[in-house]
Amino acid sequence: MSLDLVLLALLMGAVTYPSRAIPLLVPGVDRLPKPVLAYLRLVGPAVLAALAAASVLVVTKSGGGPGLHVGVESIAVLVAMGLVIWRRNLLLGIAAAACIVAIARAAGIA
Amino acid sequence: MPSEHPGPRSRTIPGAIRDPDAVRASRRRLVTEAAGTAVAATAFGIVYGLAARAAGFSIVEALAMSIIVLAGASQFAAVGFVAQGLPWIAIVLLTFLLNARHLLYSAALAPWLQGRSRAERAAMAHGLTDESFAVSLAHFKRIGWGDARGYWLGAAFIVIPWPIATLVGYLGGEAIPSPQALGLDVVFAATMACLAVAVITGRRELAAAISGAVIAVIAALATSTAIGIVAGGVVGPLVGLLVPHRPTDPSDAAPPSPEGHDEAIGVAP
Repeated sequence: MSLDLVLLALLMGAVTYPSRAIPLLVPGVDRLPKPVLAYLRLVGPAVLAALAAASVLVVTKSGGGPGLHVGVESIAVLVAMGLVIWRRNLLLGIAAAACIVAIARAAGIA
Repeated sequence: MPSEHPGPRSRTIPGAIRDPDAVRASRRRLVTEAAGTAVAATAFGIVYGLAARAAGFSIVEALAMSIIVLAGASQFAAVGFVAQGLPWIAIVLLTFLLNARHLLYSAALAPWLQGRSRAERAAMAHGLTDESFAVSLAHFKRIGWGDARGYWLGAAFIVIPWPIATLVGYLGGEAIPSPQALGLDVVFAATMACLAVAVITGRRELAAAISGAVIAVIAALATSTAIGIVAGGVVGPLVGLLVPHRPTDPSDAAPPSPEGHDEAIGVAP
């Protein structure tokens, strides 16, 4: 059984815990400067959107380099986003995306 | 078990409720709210366990993530990146960016919990998630003081079910011979996209998300996926800050709170 990624988990934990703990443990740090607060509020949407877009639109070509890919996965993700906007339900959106891709592959479209 | 009293340095607002029955009633409401988040956490934990298995994680590795990191979005991201063979440094950097929002939560809770011992606050920090923050701050505001027991109750509803659900999802994955045929490989991208939609509460967030996505794709095509995502995550917020200030924009409300914080839906934990 592989344990290599336990070290990765520890590293991820090491960069996550300070964000959770520093304002609680260090007096005065709970009042972050306004520009820092404003930037931090925007990091979440930007990183999540970057992750989604790069994951669904960028693939590794057979030659090894990155390439643009627009397929049924992109449509599935757009439908999922639409469902979240409409129904405010994350699980519904994710389940719909998986179903669309599964049906398309079963039908030989993707 | 923490004491009932908030401590001399903790925030206590005028009219704070000390009646034990009223405090217990607020705790019951907290438990009801936290139970709802636990249901969502369980569902996501199962999906995470499935995805981790499909990405080649061992059961110990999948569980270690859920226990040590305890942050759904970054765990999903790590699963996707490990599957793509991206370097660890990129995964760790993205984890830091994704979880930097906890600074906001911690800063909002700090005044309520300053009277607790340093050791207890250090332990509390590990259980600070989108959901535990939301339910505990709402409870503190209802009663007017930082109730450590209430915080622990809220945190328990995430800290306990998340690893258990991971285990269930991982073991359940044995029954699924081909995750790709079921579309499970798109779960990661869909989760990230849906979360992005969920945390957009104003024009600035929208601008940051769109620019982050565009920059990520362009930079990824020019260099590598990892560099593209980091570039989108770092530069996107700067573009968002260029959007003119609007006083009624929910993104300007500070500190974040369950009534108006920037995790409109959130992902467990």
